[in-house]
Parts: sequence; structure tokens; C-alpha cells
Amino acid sequence: MSGSEFVPLSLTPLLIGILSAVACALPGNFLVLRRQALIGDAISHVVLPGIVVAFLLTGVIAAWPMMLGAAGAAVVAVVLIEAIRRLGRIEPGAAMGVVFTTMFAAGVLLLEQTDTSTVHLDVEHALYGNLESLIWLDATGWASLVDPVALAGLPVELPRILVTLAGVSGFIWLFWRPLKLSTFDEGFARTLGIRTGHLGLALVIVAAVAAVAAFDAVGSIIVIAMFICPPAAARMMTNTLEGQVGWSVVFAILSAVLGYVLAGYGPLWLGAHDAVSAAGMIATMSGLILALAARFGPCRSRTGAPVQS
Amino acid sequence: MIELAAREGRRLENDAIGDSPLAVRGLTVSYGQKPAVFSVDMTVQPGAMTAIIGPNGAGKSTLLKAALGIVKPLSGQVTVFGRPLEEQRARIAYVPQRASVDWDFPTRVIDVVLMGLYRELGLLGRLRARHKARALDCLARVGMRDFADRQIGQLSGGQQQRVFLARALAQEADLYLLDEPFAGVDAATEKAIIAVLKALKQAGRTVVVVHHDLATVTDYFDNVFLINTRRVAEGPVIETFTADNLQAAYGGRLATAQVDQLARVLG
Amino acid sequence: MAGDWQRRKSTSWRACWADPMLRDALLLQLGYNATLVAVGATLLGISAGATGTFLFLRKRALVSDAISHATLPGICLAFLLMVALGGDGRNLPGLLAGSALSAWVGLLCLNWLTRSTRLAEDAAIGAVLSVFFGFGIVLLTVIQTLGAGRQAGLEGFLLGSTAGMLWNDALVIALGGAGALALILLIRRPMTLVAFDPEYAAARGVPVHRIDLAMMGLVMAVTVVGLKIVGLILIVALLIIPPVTARFWTERSDRVVLLSGLTGGLAGYLGAAISASAPNLPTGPIIVLVSFAFFALSLLVAPGRGVLAAFLRHTQFQRRVHLRQGLLALAQGQRIYEPLTLRLLRQAELVRADGVATDIGRARAAKALRDEKRWEIVRADQTQEAAAALYDGLRDIETVLTHDQIAEIDRRIGSPQEVPA
Repeated sequence: MSGSEFVPLSLTPLLIGILSAVACALPGNFLVLRRQALIGDAISHVVLPGIVVAFLLTGVIAAWPMMLGAAGAAVVAVVLIEAIRRLGRIEPGAAMGVVFTTMFAAGVLLLEQTDTSTVHLDVEHALYGNLESLIWLDATGWASLVDPVALAGLPVELPRILVTLAGVSGFIWLFWRPLKLSTFDEGFARTLGIRTGHLGLALVIVAAVAAVAAFDAVGSIIVIAMFICPPAAARMMTNTLEGQVGWSVVFAILSAVLGYVLAGYGPLWLGAHDAVSAAGMIATMSGLILALAARFGPCRSRTGAPVQS
Repeated sequence: MIELAAREGRRLENDAIGDSPLAVRGLTVSYGQKPAVFSVDMTVQPGAMTAIIGPNGAGKSTLLKAALGIVKPLSGQVTVFGRPLEEQRARIAYVPQRASVDWDFPTRVIDVVLMGLYRELGLLGRLRARHKARALDCLARVGMRDFADRQIGQLSGGQQQRVFLARALAQEADLYLLDEPFAGVDAATEKAIIAVLKALKQAGRTVVVVHHDLATVTDYFDNVFLINTRRVAEGPVIETFTADNLQAAYGGRLATAQVDQLARVLG
Repeated sequence: MAGDWQRRKSTSWRACWADPMLRDALLLQLGYNATLVAVGATLLGISAGATGTFLFLRKRALVSDAISHATLPGICLAFLLMVALGGDGRNLPGLLAGSALSAWVGLLCLNWLTRSTRLAEDAAIGAVLSVFFGFGIVLLTVIQTLGAGRQAGLEGFLLGSTAGMLWNDALVIALGGAGALALILLIRRPMTLVAFDPEYAAARGVPVHRIDLAMMGLVMAVTVVGLKIVGLILIVALLIIPPVTARFWTERSDRVVLLSGLTGGLAGYLGAAISASAPNLPTGPIIVLVSFAFFALSLLVAPGRGVLAAFLRHTQFQRRVHLRQGLLALAQGQRIYEPLTLRLLRQAELVRADGVATDIGRARAAKALRDEKRWEIVRADQTQEAAAALYDGLRDIETVLTHDQIAEIDRRIGSPQEVPA
């Protein structure tokens, strides 16, 4: 395929898909090890009410208010889950189930009550995004990558997810040691003076920010899949945390590339005319990779004794 | 706030707590509506090995965890070497119960020991060859030098316990707190651990162990702290580890035959 | 824009309560279909609430989230298959059969991941949920490309849509809900046993594995029946919120099941009625929100496990602990460090402002110390083991032992000692 076709139509969605996948997979590693994998599920569900409320308050469909609204909703959800878990003495899974379904229902209701016929805001968009539409119309070919005029026309989602990824990576790099320590042995970490509660909350907020930025570009399914599948598959490949994070990045990139290419070109190869959902295909690919790793991965089975709770 | 803490500190110093490595006053911890530890005072003697003993569910581990700030007490105060706990974190090493962590965690033996150097290394401090050498030396002291690169899930129970001890050694602390280090370990490991602990005592460190095996108390320890929700007795083993005190701590939960047997051991 | 919405919202709510439509809806007077939907939602609520209780008690509440999301590819494949065979793709029983099949496959994947790999259940749930749902979306876009408009019914399964429901569909839902309920009634005893204590159940000869399968089968049945009314994303709310709500009110598992079914059914009925009474009130979300209202109420005011009750109890408990500790310290002439203890003692006029005990304080302190001594005797005495187990530092010894027993203990202690002032 020539650059004049690839660069404007496929380069940016592909890059955004890859960056989103990696931004979610990085904190996902810790969530999976902390038995908090479903926090990603909860966060991605509450993003919908967040953006609806942001829209109702500002009256416009604009990126920043919606990002803020979504991030705010994620924090509210996390605080509510924690409060219900502690105050009501309810197991975390059930507390999560109560909170995210209720907030999602409230979001749907608000949406139905609102006149959004003039704006592009609907549940389907929230669920599976629209990766394919993030094209770079100002580009004419590879040369556009160094053309300031064309670069000014890049879809705004690209720099945004880039900044998010930098932030997420920075957080994990900076707090690598305390994160690892408190994930492995929380009690010991506390005796060292590490504020494990604050650190845990910070991790969830970072995950929420990644989810919101990625969600904006690719919808909430990729978000859940990328939080969980690449780290889970990476878990089967290695016995060091450093290795696991590395593998998860590889798997995230692989899912994004394979999923995007298969969604865009797969149907054409089969003789059909239209592409299928790239977000859905990326999630599907991450699942296939997980299945392969779970079947053939060198470190797939449990070694240590299960935790006693 | 600071003023209050300072006043508090002075008052504690005046109160003969002195430089006790670990002093607990009026500590109450409760899970729900039942206190696990009720109004306990404890004064650990420096440079000695102290066993905390009592029946199951008597609050032994809870006492240790509250003293370390891992669980939040309902009331009471803890001082470490005469100062508030938070200021003295660097002087404490802790060995948690083996079952408290997930041994399937993706990490190697050497990495676990290096966790003991966290306060020295900080967030981004560079891990140098001397740090690694120190970690390996700590592993050698517990006889686990050859296992440095193993995945922790591949270890036996006793080996896991030794790795935890090596991590505590790497902390180079003045006060060592161990939670049931001999639970479910093989005889060789028990011997190795007790040798390391005695060496620590020789070097002037203080060791506090939550212990469950009454038969070994006189062999291993200098002091004993008997607890059953409340403090029952505290002092040197010879004076305190008596059939009467044991009866008071264990009550109906210690068979008469056991008490008699212990009485014979005690002479 | 926002103001406009606010205005519309408030008028629509006011209209709602004054509206005879809601009255009619609550009295099932809005026509055949609305009535059938309400009946279906009630039956669905009851069966979901009861089924969810068993999941909740087994601490596997979110397994239902994986199951419900895993229905999507099955719905799409069933649609494609029915179209390929020349039938109407939107045949409800056909779609529901497809959804049940793929939910089952999802459950098998979940079990495989947790049993034969090192993954914990939460990660496995998330993986199954997102991958199946993602694949379902891929299939949905495939269906879209087959011809616009024909898939319209399918997207309704995401959030449910009762508008324009056919009489036959409503009947399927009502019958399905009734069927699930009958099955629950049939196997509720072994399910309770398994949920409460699987090992004991196995020892009693209950086929635990098969009951577990039946439990999951019920979750699937509820999910499938609920697809059309609340949609696959929100169906988990019906399985999770009522049991959690019911748990606040009772400690007995059979009552949790009953209460959970009751609140679930009530939420289903009220939700369907409110939704039928006005436009733009989607059934699924309304049912979920009514359910949550019950939950929030229970969380706050339930006696025993409710937040208010727990807070009051904790404060009281903390005061008792501090007072008792303070009295013991007074009796033994020890210094009191805790500001809270001192304040409580002063408030109770047991010590004076300068920290010296009052007469009442001295008397109470002596009694506290004497009680401790009595307890010491009791706890060291093997014959008193049952009484000794009740010791928690706070309990008055008179509530455990008779006067004669206490007198006997006092003889052993000897005469009362002088308490230092």
C-alpha cells in the first residue's frame, strides 16, 4: 500500500490504537496482580455518565470537559466502591457491581432525557468508540510527517493519548519500587513507611486517566480488554515483574496492530466490501493472544501456594 | 499538633519507658465489637530475645501488627527506642507470616531480599553492586545463597521463611519483629533461623518473636510475654514461664497433661 | 442548553407524579403489552434477586458480568444463522437460544482460565467479558454491512428495549421468568447448602458440582430472559444489588434469598411501571435505579449492619473501651496518656479536672480491678471454659456468673485490697 493512502487513512488510527493499548496495559499489570482487574471494568462503565454530565453542564461536546467529567466519574466510582465495601462490609466484587451498574444506568437515563439528536453522543459510540474515523486528512504521504502545516491537522486524540501514555509511564517508572513492594507484601510495605492506601488510590486514578484518554479514542471495550488481556497473557510468559510488564507491552502492540489490520483489510480479503469494528477486533485479538499464552505459555500454571485470606 | 506530640514525647520519656526498643501502653485493638487485644502494656528489654506466647486467637499477631502500625489500634501508644514509631521506622525490621503474601507473585528470591533495602534506595536510587552483594550475603546467612535467582513460588515453606528472614537482615535494623517464623517449617530451617536470631542478639540487637511452641521457649528465649487478650505476665523466662502463668494464659485451652509436662521441663 | 434540560426534567417529573399514566401503569391498566412487560419484569426481578443471592453468598457476584457480556456473540451468530437459513433474523426464541449457547462457552472459558492457569478469577472474568463483548461488536458491524436496518433489533439487547415489544416476545419473557422461578424453588435447599459451605454440602452427599452448574444455568436463564428488558450490560445489577440489599436486614441465608427476591421483584415491577408511564424513561435503567434506591436506604438505616447503626455502635464501643481502660489505670495508680480517655473520665465525673480520681471514680476503679481479678480466676479455671470464652475486657462478670459463683471466686481472691488514690 502506498504512503499516500496509508498515512492519511490508517497511520493515525493505528498509532492511537497502539498508544491506547499500551497506556492501559501498563497499570493493568498491577491491577491484575492486586486482584483488582475489574476496577478497569468498573471505570470504563462509569465513563458514560461522566461525559453525559459534562455535556449537560457545559452544553457542548468538547474534549476537555468530557475528559474531566469522565475522570471525575471514575474517581467518584472508586470512592463509592471503597465506601460501600468498608461501610457496608460487602465483598469488593459485589460493591463494584452495585456502583458501576447504577452509575451506568444513570448515564443512560440522563442521555435518554437529553436532546442529543444534534450532537454525536450515544451509547454505542461510548461502548465501541470510533477508531476508524480518527483519520489525518491533511496528510498526503510519508512526507507529511515533516510538514508543519499537515502536522497541525493531526487528529487531536493522537497528542492527547501520547501525553497520557507519557504520564502513565512516568508514574510507573517513578513509583516502581513502592508499587512492586506494596503489591507483593502490603503489610511489610507499611512497616517501611510506604503509604499503601494512598499509593493504591493513585494507581487507580492513573488507570482511570488512561481509561478516559483511551476511551475517548477507542471506546470502552478496548479499555477493559487492554487492562486485563495483555498483562494476563504476559503473566504466562515470565516469572519476573519487569519481564511481565515488557511482555504486556509487546502483546498490547501486537493486539492493536493485528486487530486494526484485520478489521480494516480482513473483510476485503474475504471478498466483503466493508470493514468491521476495529475496537472489537483489537479486543478479540487480545483474547486470542491470551488463549494462546494460557495454552502454551512457559509459565502458565500456578507455582506458589494460593493466598490465604 | 506538633506541640502536642512534643509534650506527649516528654511525658513518655519521664515515665521510665526510657530507651526500651519497643514499649506499648494501653493498647486496645478490636476487629468489630470484640477486642483482640485489650489494654495491653509491654516493655521489651534491649539486646534480648523475647517470645510473645499465648493460645490461638489471643491477639499475639495483632499486638505485633498494631505495634508496627499495620493495623490501627482503638487506643494506646507505641514508642520505639523512646520515640514515636514513625520516626524510628529505619530501626525496625519485620518478618510477616509466610501465608500473608501470594507466593505466585512474579519475582525472584534476590528481588525479595532487595526489598529490604527500600529505605536506603528510595524511589529511584541506583541499585549498585554493593547492594546486590549485601543481599547475597544476607541470603548466605540463612543458607539460601544458591537460590538467589529462583522464582519465589518454587520454594518450600521453610525456604520461603528463610527468604523473609534474609529480607529483614538486609534492613540492618536494631529491632527485629517476627510473626510465627517457625510455623510449618522443617527442623533444619528452624535451626538455621534460631542460629541467625541468636547471632543478632550477640550483636546487641533486640528480637521479638510471636511463638507458638511452648516446648522450645526455654531453649530459645531470654524473656517471655504471655498474652490472652490481656497481658498475663512479662519477664525473664526463668521467673515468668511458670505453670501458674501458663494456666492463667491458656486457661481451659491447655490440657492438664501438657501443663504437667511443661512443669517437668521447667523443673 | 443545560438550563433547558433542567426545566424539561423538572416538569416531566412533576407531570409524572400527577400523571394518571403512572397510576394506571402501577395498576397494570396500560394495555396488554405494558402489563405483560410489568409482569415479566417482576418475575425477572424475583428470579434474578433469588439467583443472585446464591452467587453473592459464594462470593462470585461478578461472574454474572462475564456471563451477560458473553451473550452478545451468540445473539449475533444466531441472527446470521437464521438469516442464512432464510428465516427472520429477529426471532426472539432463536436469538435467546444463541445467547445462552455463547454465554455457556464464555463460562467454560472462565472456568478453564481459573482452573488450569495461574490467573485469579477477577482477571479471568475481565478477560472473558471484554473479549466476548469485543467479538460481539465485530459481528454486529458485520450484520450492519449485510443491509442497513435489519439489525436494529439487535442493538436493543445492549440496553434492553421494551418499546414496540411484540406480544409473543413479552410472553416468552414472562414464561421464562416464571420458569426460572420454579427451578429456584425446586433446588433452593441444596443451593443454599452449597453456597453456604460447599465442603459440608459435599460431605452430606449433595452433588456440589452439579448444583454449581445449575446455579450458573440459572444465572444464564435470568440473563437471557432479561436481555430484552434491561439489556446485557445492566442485567448484572438485578443479580447483584437485591442480594446485597437483603443482606443488610438479616443474618439468615434463607431469609436473604426471600428478601432479595422480594426487593428484586418490587424493583422490577415499580421500574417497569414508571418506565411505561412516560416517554424517554428506559425500562432497564429505571429498574436498576429503583433497585439502587432500596440499596442506599438499607445501607443507611438497616439495624445491625446499616451505616448509622454501625457508627453509633462503634462510638459507644470506643467510649466503653476507653472508660474501662481509664478505670483500670486509676485502680493501679498508672498514668493515663490518652486525651480521649481523660476527657471521658472527666465527663463521667470519675476524675477531677486535675486528673485525680473522685470518690465515685475510686469506687468504680476498685470494682473494675476486682472484676479483672475475678475474670483472671475464671479464665485460668478449666471448668469455667464456657464463661472464660466470653471475656473481652468489657463484659460485666455479673452477666456471666451467678452471685454464688462470684462469691466463691471472691473467697479465693481474699479480702478487697486498698486502692491507691
